[in-house]
Amino acid sequence: MVQVYPDQRGRFGDFGGKYVPETLMAPLQELEQALDEAMEDREFLKEYHHVLEEYAGRPTALTYADKITEKLGGAKVYLKREDLNHTGAHKLNNAIGQALLAKRMGKKKIIAETGAGQHGVASATVAAKFGLKCKVFMGEEDIRRQEPNVFRMKMLGAEVVPVSSGRGTLKDATNEAIRYWVANCEDHFYLIGSVVGPHPYPRMVRDFQRVIGDESKRQFLENEPTLPDYIYACVGGGSNAIGMFYPFLGDDLELIGVEAAGKGINTSEHAATLSKGDRGVIHGSLTFLLQDEHGQITEPYSISAGLDYPGIGPEHAYLFDTKRVRYEAVTDAQAMDALKLLTETEGIIPAVESAHALAQAFQEAKDLPTDKTVLINLSGRGDKDLATIMTHFQEEV
Amino acid sequence: MLTQTTFQGKLSKTSDLFIPFIVAGDPTPDLTIDLALKLQEAGADILELGVPYSDPLADGPTIQRAAKRALHHGMSLTGAIELIPKMREHGLTIPVVIFTYYNPVMRLGEEKFFDLLSENGAEGVLIPDLPHEESESVRKFALSHDIEYISLVAPNSEERIQKIAEQARGFLYCVSTLGVTGGENTLSSEVVEFIGKVKQHSKVPVGVGFGISTNEDVRMIREHADGVIIGSKIIRLIESEVDALVDENSRKNALETFYRNVQDLVE
Repeated sequence: MVQVYPDQRGRFGDFGGKYVPETLMAPLQELEQALDEAMEDREFLKEYHHVLEEYAGRPTALTYADKITEKLGGAKVYLKREDLNHTGAHKLNNAIGQALLAKRMGKKKIIAETGAGQHGVASATVAAKFGLKCKVFMGEEDIRRQEPNVFRMKMLGAEVVPVSSGRGTLKDATNEAIRYWVANCEDHFYLIGSVVGPHPYPRMVRDFQRVIGDESKRQFLENEPTLPDYIYACVGGGSNAIGMFYPFLGDDLELIGVEAAGKGINTSEHAATLSKGDRGVIHGSLTFLLQDEHGQITEPYSISAGLDYPGIGPEHAYLFDTKRVRYEAVTDAQAMDALKLLTETEGIIPAVESAHALAQAFQEAKDLPTDKTVLINLSGRGDKDLATIMTHFQEEV
Repeated sequence: MLTQTTFQGKLSKTSDLFIPFIVAGDPTPDLTIDLALKLQEAGADILELGVPYSDPLADGPTIQRAAKRALHHGMSLTGAIELIPKMREHGLTIPVVIFTYYNPVMRLGEEKFFDLLSENGAEGVLIPDLPHEESESVRKFALSHDIEYISLVAPNSEERIQKIAEQARGFLYCVSTLGVTGGENTLSSEVVEFIGKVKQHSKVPVGVGFGISTNEDVRMIREHADGVIIGSKIIRLIESEVDALVDENSRKNALETFYRNVQDLVE
């Protein structure tokens, strides 16, 4: 019999749970109950899918990348085009679901954390659309390197709260958002952007992102006689990967999650949580994380602000532990080369995050026979990364 | 089965308790020992010794700053526990509760953690990010090691209050307000009602903490609860003397100033 996760205690095998201050137990219970009811309510699901269709522009395309396929000379390469989703990434799928839930619960104020700014923009967007007040916590370092997204959030009417603790990145923004929620949980809804955090967040975000995999499955079979042989997605917290993988978990195919190896997993500058981390608790959840020998959480590094996170969603920890999903790590340089290749051959500038999945997939696809198929989740577009891309290629251009 | 735990044996009374919190290694490991002794002199009944952590979710800016200073001196979970025998050598007799987030405990291993607590003479442990539902194995280890596992209740715990309070050991930590440590707190009539509800179910002394920063706050809590827990305010008193404390020439005077300030706060 197939075990359904998470279980009653919010666990995926050993992982997940609720490691939070007592003050958050009541709001989490309230959220869990509201979520259970909403997911059973046909009207709620109808509205969610309606907004996805007529506001976000779903379904997003499945593109056969014929030029890349030709160039690599191996497996056929398909791209799931989350870059075509409104606001430019998969993040909006989840933000829509949670905003509708917040409304249903009668909460008029939302808070969110953001790293690259994509989830912050998605949250600010749904706040504008559904008439909610929105506060986005963002690390000072990320504010500096993602300036256009900061401006977008402000234009959309959100308040961006700079976070100076730690190194001023996603981990610190999440800490501060949780602290703010502790103090304001009675009338605020915390809209988490990835499959991280205490139960029921990892489950909720997965269920609002599985539309990626559900659509892909249907679209793929319209093009090919069988399901893909390999599916790739990048993993920071892991929401686009879980969204893509989840509907395929029971199928006979290989799933590959790609982490950020930064300057190399044998240096101290990377964000390869599963390759190099150990079991521990971060942001309310038992999972794998980057930490020192004393259990202090260490600072990750990646060229991509969206993968620059020392933890990973607990369901990924479980899929890693049970070996259902294979996890690889790709360096900054490899990701940027893949980004350039896709741009030049297919006319698509991917997000630096997504480029990590591309790099791993391209490397494997070229050695596969031509009758094999590969599906890559192109989680977002690269417009937000132009400054990073320009700096990286400065010497070459 | 023990009729009385070591914690209870060392506690000289069960009401009107003063429970201060300091961070091990703030501003230096040696000064933590001096500060603990000054707190005992100023009437502390239980010492909460905080372990500095990189990502303290339940703490506001004051305790975050203290943790940063302590981590800068290389303080760790084991380092903090090993300060206890040194404090005892210098005359500390009150029970010590180690306050730590869960990740360092998990990293060390739960059993090893409790062995270490026993060996070094800690009487209690408090883990703020380990709610009742996640703490079963830790509570078992605590029981078998004669160490009190301190539980917390919050104003929104509602129907959880009874379950948590009935199983509480050592003392029960009442979080006075929704929020992180060190906030501004107006102790309303709702807090009084909440304390009453908790006391109804608790077999151990009920202490109240979070945002208690003035003598007025202390007096008001004393009227309704068995103990007052003060963290961020004590840390601010250390911060205001930090340069003088670190300088050996002015240390003695600074410790005296700290002692007087604490006395003024709790008298």
